[in-house]
This record gives sequence, structure tokens and C-alpha cells, in this order.
Amino acid sequence: MLDVAALQAAYGRVPVLMGIDFQLKAGEFLGILGHNGMGKTTLMRTLMGFIPPTAGGVTFLDHDITDLKPHARARLGLGYVPQGREIFPALSVRDNLRMGCMAGGRQKGSGEDRGIIDETLELFPRLTRLLDRQGGALSGGEQQLLALARCLCTRPKLILLDEPTEGIQPSIIEEIAETLQGLRAKTGVSMILVEQNLDFIAALSSRVLVIQKGRITGELRPDQLEDPEVVAELVGMAA
Amino acid sequence: MDLAAIVGLNVLSGIASLVLISLGLAIIFGMMKIINLAHGEFLMLGAYATVLSTNHGVNIWFAMLVISPVFVGLVGILVERTLIRVLYGRLVDTMLATWGLSLFIVGLVTMIFGNTINGVPTPLGGFQVGAYRSDLYTPFLALVALLLLCGVVVVLRFTRFGLIARATMQKPDMASALGVDPDRVYMATFGIGAAVTGLAGGLLAPVSGVAPTMGSAFVAKAFITVVGGGASILAGTASASLLFGSINQMGSYLTTPVFGEVILLVAATLLIRVLPEGITGRFFRGSL
Repeated sequence: MLDVAALQAAYGRVPVLMGIDFQLKAGEFLGILGHNGMGKTTLMRTLMGFIPPTAGGVTFLDHDITDLKPHARARLGLGYVPQGREIFPALSVRDNLRMGCMAGGRQKGSGEDRGIIDETLELFPRLTRLLDRQGGALSGGEQQLLALARCLCTRPKLILLDEPTEGIQPSIIEEIAETLQGLRAKTGVSMILVEQNLDFIAALSSRVLVIQKGRITGELRPDQLEDPEVVAELVGMAA
Repeated sequence: MDLAAIVGLNVLSGIASLVLISLGLAIIFGMMKIINLAHGEFLMLGAYATVLSTNHGVNIWFAMLVISPVFVGLVGILVERTLIRVLYGRLVDTMLATWGLSLFIVGLVTMIFGNTINGVPTPLGGFQVGAYRSDLYTPFLALVALLLLCGVVVVLRFTRFGLIARATMQKPDMASALGVDPDRVYMATFGIGAAVTGLAGGLLAPVSGVAPTMGSAFVAKAFITVVGGGASILAGTASASLLFGSINQMGSYLTTPVFGEVILLVAATLLIRVLPEGITGRFFRGSL
């Protein structure tokens, strides 16, 4: 469903992505593993359309989306949970979720929005009692759940999930992992997960790509992540 | 007692005109961080729209409340599409461009209508308070200012557009990742800000001399109010108008109107010195 071909991107004149190639099948959970500064977040931001690629192309569900703006990609079914969560701080949790329902630009009644929000809240019971709180007043973990819930309100076909475990307490990391597995079983949604947390990426991904200096340098099976030597060799990362 | 009532009415009028002349600017600055130096000219265009249509036989209420805001709103959208849109995120360039625009509009209007002062009679007539006379138009302006403020609250807090606008103002990138086109939000916001300014221009036409250069008389006060108010569009405009309007009118009453303006400027300077982020940088934080 997603085809990334020779994708290059740069910040100003500094090249960050040197030619990324991979394909994603529908329903697949793809992990991308790499150090800080290897281009993980840049890849995600380029896929979402925030950074214009300098070369290469991206095809999503048979649409060439290489030159599309972020909102157009969102309407096609790309969901984005950014690094740092990017909750709207001065909006209530409910309004953050309502913003998720804006995707598609479709005209809907507020009743339909409420249905989508209620359904999403069933997956995130912890958010229900926080609905009237300001997004900025939530803890990091709660914000991460909210960012994911908000993304699900857009009814995405492919979720781009950027370092969801960063600075989050372990109980919520587990909760997120379980929620995502449940979601895959129920809806068949696809996901690209960018991570440094080996346990989390191993628990969720069907295969794992290794990114180094803006290139995909290897591919691992999730079970290989438990072997510290393999990881150290491929990623240059202590397990 | 009668005197107090008249002074009170003047204070009310001062507050109301500050709200009117600065609200459109506050919307554009608060939501988009665009400093529109052609703000005074938007006011002037609103005033001209009312004067010209009234002189051509249009009902003055219709001219003030419909023609002026619609006309200036459309001008605002045109300006946003042709000028502002290419300059987002470039504060100084936007200031230069809108300053140039203001000169252009003044020149254009002078060329078409001449450098003369026009006017329309003040509607509604007056009333007697003891030995003093006042006109009914002042309380009407105060009422409209209040309704406008309430209108902004209702739109921002209770409508779909308001939610989208607030979210886009807070995190434009994230809003676009949720399927909102920030471009269109900015266009609409600029249009609405311009329309509110046009409405203000129309409403002020009967109580001020309408001339191509009239904008410069308002633009400084509008900026002082917006900067003094700080980040919140609504609480900022309301509180700064309340404060500066009262100071200005009380100063005028106790001394002369000229000193009233001086006192206003001194007060504003002191306020910014003490509260560099404006009133809502310290109080009512996070309000609309």
C-alpha cells in the first residue's frame, strides 16, 4: 500500500535522507530502528509531507503523493502521531479528539463525530475521565495515548508512529502496545513505527528495517532483536 | 450627577471605539502573527464604503452593518491571496508589504475620491441629560462592540470553524496532519479580521471625518490596544480597551483631549514596560 522509492530529503543544504527504498503491504506493522540523528523523524516528516523530498517518490494506495501537502495525505488515510506528541495544549481532550475527526474534510454532523470519539475512547478508557481537561495539563503518557487516539479518529489506513515510548512510563508503553495489537487484529490497519526501544519495536513489528545515516542498511526479524550481537552489529546499538 | 453620566458615556464611547478599531487587528495578529500595517486603511475603506453607499441612497444601517464589512472582508481575502500568502513566517517582510499596501490604498482612494473630508450624518439623534446633551449613537456603538466581542467568543468556542481556527493557531503542522488545510484557515481568518475592521470603519464613519488619510489616526491606537492586551484575542482586546479607553477619556475630561491622548500613550508605554507580554501575558492566561 505504500511504496517509497529512492527518497531523498534535506534540511536546507544538509542532506538527511540519502535514498530510502521500502515497500509496505496492507496490514503490515513495519518497524524502523535507528539511532538519534539517523533520519528516522525526517523520514516520517517527509512521508507526511512536511519536508519536500529532493528526489525519489512516494506512492500510497496507488496515488503518487510525492508532492501532496500534509492535509491532502491525511485525507487519503495517512495518520500521524508525531514525536513529542503535539497535543493542542489549550484545547480540551475532547476538542483534541474532535480535531481528529476533521480529516477527510467531509461534512458530517457532530453526532457522527461523537460516535467516532466514543468508539475510540473504548480503546483508551483512561482518557474518558480526562475529556474536559486541557491537553497541555496531561502527563506525558496520557498525552501519548491522546495523540494516538486523535490519530485513530482520522480513521487512518496507515499510521506513522514516531517514537511513542520516548519519556513514557512503562505501564503506558505496555498499554499502547496492547492497544495497537488489538487494533491490528480488529481493523487491519497498517503501521510504520520508528523507535529506539527494542522491546517495544520487537513486540509490535512484523519486520524491522535498520536505518543508518539516511539509508536503510538492513532488515531484521523481530526475534533477532533479542540477540544483542546481531543488534550491535547491524544498528551499532547496545541492546 | 448629570456631569458624571456624561463623563461615563464618554468613557463608554472611548472603550467601545477602541474595541471596534482593534478587534480586527487582534484577530489577524493573534491568530496568524501577522502585523497588518494596512489596518488603518482597512478601516478607511470601511468608512468610505458606508459614506459612498449612503450618499447614493442606500440605507445607512445597511451600509454600515452589511456593505462595509462585506466589502472590506473581500478586500482582505484579495490581499491575503496576493500578498500575505507568500510572506507567511516572514514578519518584517509582511510589515513592509502591508505598509506599502497602506500607501497604495491611500494613494488610490485619494486619486479616485480626492483629498477631501466626507461624512454622513450621525443617525439616531440625541437625548438630554439634565443640562447636557448626548447622542444615542454612543450607546449603540458600545452595544455593537459588546456584541462583536460576544460573537467572537461564540464563534471560537462553539463552532467547528472556531475549533479548527484555535487548533491551527496552536499547532498548524499538527492541524494539517489531521486533514485541515492551514492555508484556507488563514485565508478565512484574514478575511474575517478584515471584515470586522470594515464594520468598525463603517460604524465610525458618522462620528469621524472620512478622508483618505484617516487610517493613520486609528492605527496607532489599535496597535497599542493589541500589544497592551497581549496574546489572547478576546480577553486582551477587552481588557486593554477597558483600561486605555478609561484612561484616555478620563484624562481628556480632567485636562484636554490632546493631553488625554498623551496620557494614553504614557500609560501604554508604562504598561508595556511592566508587562512586556501585555495584560493577558500575566492575567487571564490561556483565555480566548
